[in-house]
Amino acid sequence: MSMATAEPASLKLVYFAWVRERIGLADETVTPPAGTATIADLVRWLKTRGEGYELAFENPAVVRAAIDQTHAKPATAITGAREIAFFPPMTGG
Amino acid sequence: MTPLVRIQREDFDIGAEIAALTAGDPSIGAVVSFAGLCRDESGRLAALELEHYPGMAEAEIGRVAGEAAGRWPLAGLLAIHRFGLIKPGEQIVLVIAASSHRREAFEAADFLMDYLKTRAPFWKREHLADGTLGGWVEAKDDDDKAAERWS
Repeated sequence: MSMATAEPASLKLVYFAWVRERIGLADETVTPPAGTATIADLVRWLKTRGEGYELAFENPAVVRAAIDQTHAKPATAITGAREIAFFPPMTGG
Repeated sequence: MTPLVRIQREDFDIGAEIAALTAGDPSIGAVVSFAGLCRDESGRLAALELEHYPGMAEAEIGRVAGEAAGRWPLAGLLAIHRFGLIKPGEQIVLVIAASSHRREAFEAADFLMDYLKTRAPFWKREHLADGTLGGWVEAKDDDDKAAERWS
């Protein structure tokens, strides 16, 4: 199997705080289309999945992401990721 | 020295945590603790609800604590962060740093709190004094600036 034509893998997505409320789900398992290479690509695809997603990502610069529980940037590759989280800027402490 | 990180719903006892962290190490000459409490915002709030990302909360605070342990010679480092519904006057977060001399302990505790605020996956939502559910607390630019001064 060549790398370029690898099967799209299923991916667990988890959402927190107002991202979770706008999407209406705490988590889900998805299979993004082939060519979804980065966090930014994934967000672009998620925005096409309904009003809740559009609202959650209306300002994608605000929403933070983590890949397998480590902070990630929009340009970070999602290759091999098992769990990707989306959430607002953090307000702990 | 391996930092200790606990994410819990229950309250904590600062005195007991300091005693446990420093027990049996006579090289320790300085202990700095910071506790963050829930404010009532001039009577506006009934409580704060803290949501967190289980697993990542422990992992991320552990990474920040590990950076602090690499940066300062510490004999002990502990962070506790609570989740769930927390009322005004109740404790939310605790950081304790122990070292031979005070400077390292002060700086490590300050560093850990600054980064914990901007990197640990916790989100606060307001419950208002009139019984209604308020909004999500917005992140402050000041917190980002506080964290940036260490880089």
